[in-house]
Amino acid sequence: MHGLIFRTVEAYVSDSFGPDMWARAIALADIEITSFEAMLQYDASYFPRVLDGCAKALERPQAMILEDIGTYLITHQNHASIRRLMRFGGHSFSELLHSLGDLPDRTRLAVSGLILPQIDVREAISQRFIITSFGSPSGFGHVLVGLLRAMADDYGTLAVLDHQGTRDGAETIEVAIVDTAFAKDRGFSLAAGAKVRTA
Amino acid sequence: MISALDLLARLRPLHVCVGKTGHIVQAGAGLGRIGAGDVVGRRFLEVFEVVRPVRPLDMPALRSLAGEVLRLRLRTEPDIGLRALAIEDQDGGVILDLSFGIAVIEAVQRFGLTAQDFAAGDLAVELLFLQEAKSSAMAASFSLNSRLNGARLAAETDALTDELTGLHNRRALESALTRLRHSDTGYAVMHMDLDHFKEVNDTLGHAVGDTILKRVAAIMRSQTRQDDLLVRMGGDEFAIICPGLTDTLRLRDLSLGLIHQTSKPMIVDDQEARVGASLGIALKTPDSRVDPAALMERADVALYAAKRSGRGRYVFWSPDLGQSLSDLDLPHVSLRS
Repeated sequence: MHGLIFRTVEAYVSDSFGPDMWARAIALADIEITSFEAMLQYDASYFPRVLDGCAKALERPQAMILEDIGTYLITHQNHASIRRLMRFGGHSFSELLHSLGDLPDRTRLAVSGLILPQIDVREAISQRFIITSFGSPSGFGHVLVGLLRAMADDYGTLAVLDHQGTRDGAETIEVAIVDTAFAKDRGFSLAAGAKVRTA
Repeated sequence: MISALDLLARLRPLHVCVGKTGHIVQAGAGLGRIGAGDVVGRRFLEVFEVVRPVRPLDMPALRSLAGEVLRLRLRTEPDIGLRALAIEDQDGGVILDLSFGIAVIEAVQRFGLTAQDFAAGDLAVELLFLQEAKSSAMAASFSLNSRLNGARLAAETDALTDELTGLHNRRALESALTRLRHSDTGYAVMHMDLDHFKEVNDTLGHAVGDTILKRVAAIMRSQTRQDDLLVRMGGDEFAIICPGLTDTLRLRDLSLGLIHQTSKPMIVDDQEARVGASLGIALKTPDSRVDPAALMERADVALYAAKRSGRGRYVFWSPDLGQSLSDLDLPHVSLRS
């Protein structure tokens, strides 16, 4: 399993609760590694144990931790690039949702070897989306909920997101867009950190 | 049915229609965004400079390029390369369909282009995504690499250093000898053994012995040149490799300095310790062909001769001493025992 996944969990715990909390979590996970490298591969069997260690150390359910990780990825300044990469998905929140099907492929383009679950998106009724994620790492749906909630804020869109649980290895998320102009869009320019000259 | 010009305007944000007089009659919305301003009504060749395959100077010349892919640039933005397919409009004019190619990254930065400035099917946005994603991934890789490299350098230094004295160890000597094997430079090998070290160690203790070894290392550093390789071979045995130094007078001075400094009484923890040093020296002159390992043996032989002739001395190897210790008729004597 790609080190970026482990590294993200580690960064979330360290940045949000301090390095001591991570040390406790990784000790409870009972594996022979104390810190993960983003650009190495690790045994996939570590993942549930790391999550279990975090849940015990933080004394909260794994689902809640995963959801917080999703939000953390978008909102923490250390990962500003991820927010930008997500904004490439579309100029509105609903367009972003429709682009989620491309997310695993886009991710693989960026970092070969980083395999994410397949994602299927349907807008059954206008502004009501059913998102299904299928495959490893399990629990990814919770990350997606936190991530999309933060992205909705980013677009200034009010949306209600709900993880419907897991059935036959597939996680289902329901998204209802309530108001697309609920708050100010944080904005996005294709050029990263560019000094834009007005033509 | 939608008209051809409307079709172009809708599908191609970066197109230019040039009339038969050479003036621009229609331009895509994207062009206004890249510093060209309102170009409609202006002469095409005054707004753009066609660079390849040829530089057309008038409308007939431009028309003759129809069907070709042109390289061109805006005269106001000469460093952003564009390319365009030129086709005839069947009415004496030319239609050019422009794109950025790889310059898109620079163009987006400079003009603040948005996804709407590109045709829906254009992969420009994917290219930008990829460029940004790759930069992030590369940054993570570089950070890993630099940390691994730091750890590697530290491990390498550890692996080549004698922990007690900070001098190089045998492994460092081996790789230095390997390098010398492949080089034509002359050099000297000095093999140094402390005199009376075992007695000091036995009577005053290992802690005192260790301190003496560290002081000898300091003496070696002070007496030798920057380029010399100082090695603790183990125990009280040292070696010095002097690249480029084959002058016997200077080597003699160096040896005398080492013997003199190590023979001074050393006070360690209020106790006086007296050691000394014996040296064997072997030379490889630039024109001779001696294997470094053989040279080490010669230095060994010379050191043995120095010890046998009364310690506190240095001896240069000479052929009459023999090539190796096993040549000597003293099977049970070894310096390292």
